[in-house]
Amino acid sequence: MPLSKDEVRHVAMLARIGLEPGDEEFYADQLSGILQHIDRLQQLDTEDIPPTAQVVEVESRLREDDPRPCLSQEEALANAPAAVDGFFRVPSIQEET
Amino acid sequence: MTDDLTSLTMNEATRLLRLGSLSSADLVTAHVERIERLDPRVKAYLRFTPELWEKQAEEADRRIRQGDAGPMAGIPIAVKDVLCVRGVETTAGSKILRGFRPPYTGTAVGRLFDAGAVMLGVTNCDEFAMGSSTENSGYFPTRNPWDLERVPGGSSGGSAAAVAAGEAMIALGTDTGGSIRQPAALCGVVGMKPTYGRVSRYGLIAFASSLDQIGPFARSVDDAALTLSLMAGYDPLDATSSARPGMEVLNNYAAGVKGMRLGVPREYYDVKGIEPGVKAAIDAALFILQKAGAEIVDVSLPHTDYGLAAYYIIAPAECSSNLARFDGVRYGLSEVDAPNITEQYMRVRRKGFGIEVRRRVMLGTYALSSGYYDAYYLKAQKVRTLIKRDFDEAFQKCDAIVSATSPTVAFPIGSKTQDPLSMYLCDVLTLGANLAGLPGISVPCGTADALPVGLQVVGPQWGENVVLRVARAYEEASEIRAEVADVA
Repeated sequence: MPLSKDEVRHVAMLARIGLEPGDEEFYADQLSGILQHIDRLQQLDTEDIPPTAQVVEVESRLREDDPRPCLSQEEALANAPAAVDGFFRVPSIQEET
Repeated sequence: MTDDLTSLTMNEATRLLRLGSLSSADLVTAHVERIERLDPRVKAYLRFTPELWEKQAEEADRRIRQGDAGPMAGIPIAVKDVLCVRGVETTAGSKILRGFRPPYTGTAVGRLFDAGAVMLGVTNCDEFAMGSSTENSGYFPTRNPWDLERVPGGSSGGSAAAVAAGEAMIALGTDTGGSIRQPAALCGVVGMKPTYGRVSRYGLIAFASSLDQIGPFARSVDDAALTLSLMAGYDPLDATSSARPGMEVLNNYAAGVKGMRLGVPREYYDVKGIEPGVKAAIDAALFILQKAGAEIVDVSLPHTDYGLAAYYIIAPAECSSNLARFDGVRYGLSEVDAPNITEQYMRVRRKGFGIEVRRRVMLGTYALSSGYYDAYYLKAQKVRTLIKRDFDEAFQKCDAIVSATSPTVAFPIGSKTQDPLSMYLCDVLTLGANLAGLPGISVPCGTADALPVGLQVVGPQWGENVVLRVARAYEEASEIRAEVADVA
């Protein structure tokens, strides 16, 4: 089923991807084409089939809770586009009331 | 002389290094000279690491003289731009990570460094490993060394092209739906994806975590086998890595195919869109394997037609989750002057991600969104079970599965970029192994229209030794070697 522009706007907001002029039509068209192929999955009866969440057998392994060295604050911040006083700097999270 | 050195296999180079008739420094110089001559046209590399190769080659030469060198001492390698190396800019082929210098080295690369490997540089790839042609790189497309107007395949196209062009002896790639095997086939080299869990992903920039594996490119099966064995094995830093001993991948792998049963899935053999030249090369390969003593048996993977659809739900869904971390806060591209943080996310991710990445994040977000989860993601995970069962049943009748790696040879640059589905179909013969967690290899099996064709061998889980055994026997019996391209 084709995606509407409203759905594209909703998904873009969920994915936190900004939309520029022309993007809505582009995604609606492209994603609809891919979903049309994907819709063939509905032909299969999977009522009694369990989903595969983990493809190889997992052995649960626990390790000792020994302290190990980790990144220093300086290393952790080294790639930050903006840092201040040992913190990551971000734009305001809440509007002033 | 220079070009002779860049066409050696690792096995041959190691012999000369140990005999003292070749130094790692000279081997590296030969590769750097060839890179300087060819890479402006091939464009396999995104960036070079002279500070590493100088130090590592010197160390390798010293340890060889001392007699305590590791198994890969002095061997020049290339690393795909998704594997973190401490201090070396690593960007996953994306503008969103421009300038990112990891504070640590991932386990797979680190283990090769410990074995004495010498890093030449970082290879180009499709952005976040999403693509089959390396045209989705955020920087530039890589060219196929056998025909510069054609793609090298992808997503690990830079690594495949580097090995094919004699610009590296070994390269590392990652394979989520075929991203090692398909470019190996299109570039005429050996490429191997191990069993899910065989190689630690610590330090890998994740794409789809239930599918991703790291593996080697090489110009011989022996070289690929050795490289894989050195990377394999448990890593406490990756909870999905298996406790099985890494060296078991080499068990009995030189034993030949006599008495082995090799399954040819009819759905793969006659897959839609397979080129006649590719089919002819596979027929010839099957004949050679038969003459070498293998029994060729007919098998079926009845859900093959649904694999692509399941994959294009599961992989985008996982990528939409994994790529949520690219928010412009901790690394990479940023918009700190945005009026609020939501606006920063929206701007950074629109600007930093390329078209294919945005398309897949959108698709995955949609498939996981409220109201659609059961119809898409859950359904795809159930179909994944059916696909895995197909393989389980096939392996009741055969020891390994053989087919073409890619239905086509390398295609012209730009020919599939407008139609995402046609690009996705490149992986139709490879993605089953990812969905089922199986090991697979692509080895050169001749040419069609003067372009390389790859033979794929897929084995049961943890059956890397079986896969390598078939590949090595084929390489020996066919006398087809991965050659270094002249690059016209």
